[in-house]
Amino acid sequence: MALLSFLDREHTVAKPGFSRWMVPPAALCVHLCIGQAYALSVFNLPMTKLIGITQSAPGDWKLTELGWIFSIAMVFLGGSAAVFGRWVEDGGPRRAMFTAALCWAGGFFLSAIGVYTHTLWLIYIGYGVLGGCGLGIGYISPVSTLIKWFPDRPGMATGMAIMGFGGGAFIASPLSVWLLGKFTTATHVGVAETFIVMGCIYFFFMIVGSIIVRVPAPGWKPEGYVAPATAAKLITKNDVFVYDALKTPQFWLIWWVLCLNVTAGIGVLGQASAMSQEMFPGHITPVAAAGFVGLMSLFNMGGRFFWASTSDYIGRRNTYFVFMVLGFGLYCTVPYTGSIGSVVGFVCCFLVIISMYGGGFSTVPAYLKDMFGTRYVGAIHGMLLTAWSAAGIFGPVLVNYIREYNVTHGVPKAQAYNTTMYIMAGLLVIGFICNFLVKAVDARFHMKASDARAKEPGIAPAGARA
Amino acid sequence: MASTNQEGTTTLQLALAWGFVGVPLALGVLQTLINAMKLFQ
Repeated sequence: MALLSFLDREHTVAKPGFSRWMVPPAALCVHLCIGQAYALSVFNLPMTKLIGITQSAPGDWKLTELGWIFSIAMVFLGGSAAVFGRWVEDGGPRRAMFTAALCWAGGFFLSAIGVYTHTLWLIYIGYGVLGGCGLGIGYISPVSTLIKWFPDRPGMATGMAIMGFGGGAFIASPLSVWLLGKFTTATHVGVAETFIVMGCIYFFFMIVGSIIVRVPAPGWKPEGYVAPATAAKLITKNDVFVYDALKTPQFWLIWWVLCLNVTAGIGVLGQASAMSQEMFPGHITPVAAAGFVGLMSLFNMGGRFFWASTSDYIGRRNTYFVFMVLGFGLYCTVPYTGSIGSVVGFVCCFLVIISMYGGGFSTVPAYLKDMFGTRYVGAIHGMLLTAWSAAGIFGPVLVNYIREYNVTHGVPKAQAYNTTMYIMAGLLVIGFICNFLVKAVDARFHMKASDARAKEPGIAPAGARA
Repeated sequence: MASTNQEGTTTLQLALAWGFVGVPLALGVLQTLINAMKLFQ
């Protein structure tokens, strides 16, 4: 019971003198761990040889079967973020981070049993369902806390945490390869042992994050910070109840803005290696393509911090305008770089595009905070992440199927992606229109001081404090 | 309820917290950067 009370929101309230700069590393402890999801493919090949050891044997799992692990995890990421968003918001960040650690590490342990007993459905439930819930709860757990600690720089604060999700693969990938090397012998593939060790490491890291994290005391403000006397047009001082946000056009417009921005990026991110080699045959080798993918991952991570921080100065809506306009220009330029054989131009275009893909994720929490206030921003963000799940289907389908259609209809491989690029540019035009239509939320959606829901869990709505 | 005792964060605590997440991340980024350089070889 003592442990459970330690997790309560009341026990995470910072005492005077606590530095708010302790909170971003706490958030990073969680996001760097759950970012491992981007490096799951490292295990694909070893898991197809668990019986055959050196090569796949009859009874070994196929890549197509293993692909479902990631897909299930992504579905449960979006689902759990949407379903548990309000629970996360009410219970505070420590309880959420602790739960995420249990789910995430538990997912690895259950998957280890699945590998050991060669039972695939256990891995689907372990990494896919349990781990996916850890992903969703962990992803949204520090968002509103960071926004409350950094009212002067909310974009930068959430950008730092969400940058960690992009960076998690940089740690997980070499760590997984190293551990697999340690546990694999001539007669055994060491996936189960690697899962157990990784589960322990991630549990430890995430628990440290949950111990460090604090929420600011009611009424706390950064030293020297004075809230703007007059409210900006698109930055509300009021709060919107989590489920009321769903009734506003703003929520759905931002949903589409995120979905279209992610769709445009996610399709090329997954196909970057093949695309670069097919557009520049003889110029980009498989080794160089792997380097290109690595560079894209770095820009994906860096873009999350850069664009979210930039949004603090130019505004969220303007930041998305930049994504849509610049993205449109770059997608239209890619076929031209292919036609003139400019590898440098091609690489530069995609590095900027992928930085804006990452920036779309990291800027959106602050965008939601501007629209709906800070009270339920974590929960609203959780529901918005369903746009990510949808984009995860649209993006790869658009890139893969259009390329396939072009190739089977005689289009040279080097030009097979041109149509896709123009379609992506078209999607960004729709995204521009959606972003343009975003206006301030109507006052009838604002929570009132008399609203009974405002009393949960003891925090008055912003409108009541004003 | 939370007590109102002072809980001043020291520079050492800040350095430890940032080092705890920063060192593994920096090593991972460095490794990726080394691999990415193959694009220009």
